[in-house]
Amino acid sequence: MAKGPIILEFDKVDFSYPQADVLEHASLHVHQGEFIALVGPNGAGKSTLLKLILGLIQPTKGSIDLYGTTPKLARDRIGYVPQHADYDSNFPISVEEVVRMGRVSPFKRTYSAIDKEAVDKALKVMEIEDLAKRPYRALSGGQRRRVLVARALSASPEMLILDEPTANMDADSEKRLFKALGQLKGNTTVLIVTHDSTFVSSLTDRVFCVGDFGPSQKARRVVQHNTKPATDAPVELFGGQALKVLHDSELDPACCEQEESV
Amino acid sequence: MSSFIAALLNPSMPFVRNALLAGVLSSILFGVLGTVVTVKRIASLAGAISHAVLGGIGMALYLSASNIAPSFPPMVGAIIFAVIAALIIGVVSMRAKQREDTVINAIWAIGMSIGVLFMAKTAGYTDPSSYLFGNILLISSTDLILLAVLDVIVIVLVWLFYPQLEASSFDDEYAQVRGIATDVVFFIILTITAIAIVLLQTFVGIVMVIAMLTLPAGTANFHSRNMLTMMISSTIYAALFSLGGLFSGWSFDLPVGAMVVVFAGFVFLTFSLVGAMKKRGGKAS
Repeated sequence: MAKGPIILEFDKVDFSYPQADVLEHASLHVHQGEFIALVGPNGAGKSTLLKLILGLIQPTKGSIDLYGTTPKLARDRIGYVPQHADYDSNFPISVEEVVRMGRVSPFKRTYSAIDKEAVDKALKVMEIEDLAKRPYRALSGGQRRRVLVARALSASPEMLILDEPTANMDADSEKRLFKALGQLKGNTTVLIVTHDSTFVSSLTDRVFCVGDFGPSQKARRVVQHNTKPATDAPVELFGGQALKVLHDSELDPACCEQEESV
Repeated sequence: MSSFIAALLNPSMPFVRNALLAGVLSSILFGVLGTVVTVKRIASLAGAISHAVLGGIGMALYLSASNIAPSFPPMVGAIIFAVIAALIIGVVSMRAKQREDTVINAIWAIGMSIGVLFMAKTAGYTDPSSYLFGNILLISSTDLILLAVLDVIVIVLVWLFYPQLEASSFDDEYAQVRGIATDVVFFIILTITAIAIVLLQTFVGIVMVIAMLTLPAGTANFHSRNMLTMMISSTIYAALFSLGGLFSGWSFDLPVGAMVVVFAGFVFLTFSLVGAMKKRGGKAS
């Protein structure tokens, strides 16, 4: 299948916090419409990599190109689902208001009919219309995560980034989540992070792994692994369809056909 | 009741009317800013700023009494210290979160100590307790005008930037991804809170201003659907507590600031108790 143009490219990116080196020589690219799984153990640097894509932090070395510009300038084209769903448990806000946050912009005071339509659509895709008027604080963990995915979708993003969306999620919510992601596949680029390094969803086109240490042995590098259909995956995973990640394989970062960046 | 109403209507006792007006005007700040302080969980930051204010008041009294800067208004000194404290706390909170607690406590203690030291060296008798506990009956017309101006500024800012305020309060990182300058929002909130604390401490005093920034909003939080209804409800609660405190303080010759906070605390604890009992009842069934 012909791949779309490259929309995200990491070129030999290093990143360090003052206390620790995290990434070293990270190079990867993502094509438009791809479904990417980013795996790796806890604390390896997956969330850091997402923060770099979102322009919340800057690389120490190397460069990141997102939609032909810097992440900071292109991030309004991204829908983001953070890892944590447990905000202040007393925060007074309804589900609809949380989802509407996806339409917020720096200086807009009111929401238009288009905003309302996008919010309604996101609620429908995530099958949470019946929860719209309920307080966010009254929801279960799995329901909260689906609300946060709806919030990201209401921004009508070209790329959707989900940071461990299935953590502490019940099987039913997980099934509904992957059903919704299946509807997006092909049109919206999806980057999903998971700490389960063994299996990924069968929707996945490519797997990146933040795992092995780089030459300095202090920070980790990003490698691309092959996958094969899983026969031994738990049935409740990813709505029942999974691929096994072949960690002993390593694909060349430039293995797929390079097309012109957008 | 009748003696309080008679005092309100008595033309020779304008301070009682000023106190009533101050109660109403303060309620808007306590309600609106209190909601922001509560949902953003920055009550300890506000506490440190309110106590650092004593340093500025002490400095102003000293400079004024020693003729270094004659008639230096204590309020100006208080605002200088409050804003500096807010800026330091803001920078530390954003850039070195792990040190936030230490810095908050340091500013809290250092601000108060500077105030006490300046007052000790100020000629004549200066009683820190009048600043710590406030005196609503000493509120001037200028204080009322300043409170009204700040009320208008706060209401206009909230009206203009409610979606951004709601987003950054609920999920600061996500708001940043949506392009909102969350650092700027945070600094504006801290600076306005700092200035409001200076004006409000005249009413209930430095020690209790933080209680009034959290208790009415905390009470409203038990039943509010969103931040807007929380702001409105906590403004109403703050007005009721203020007027109740003023009336009872006048009637029984008790400190008004302390009465206001006792009312606010009693209602908050009652709501907490009822809420806990409901939760327990729900679990049991």
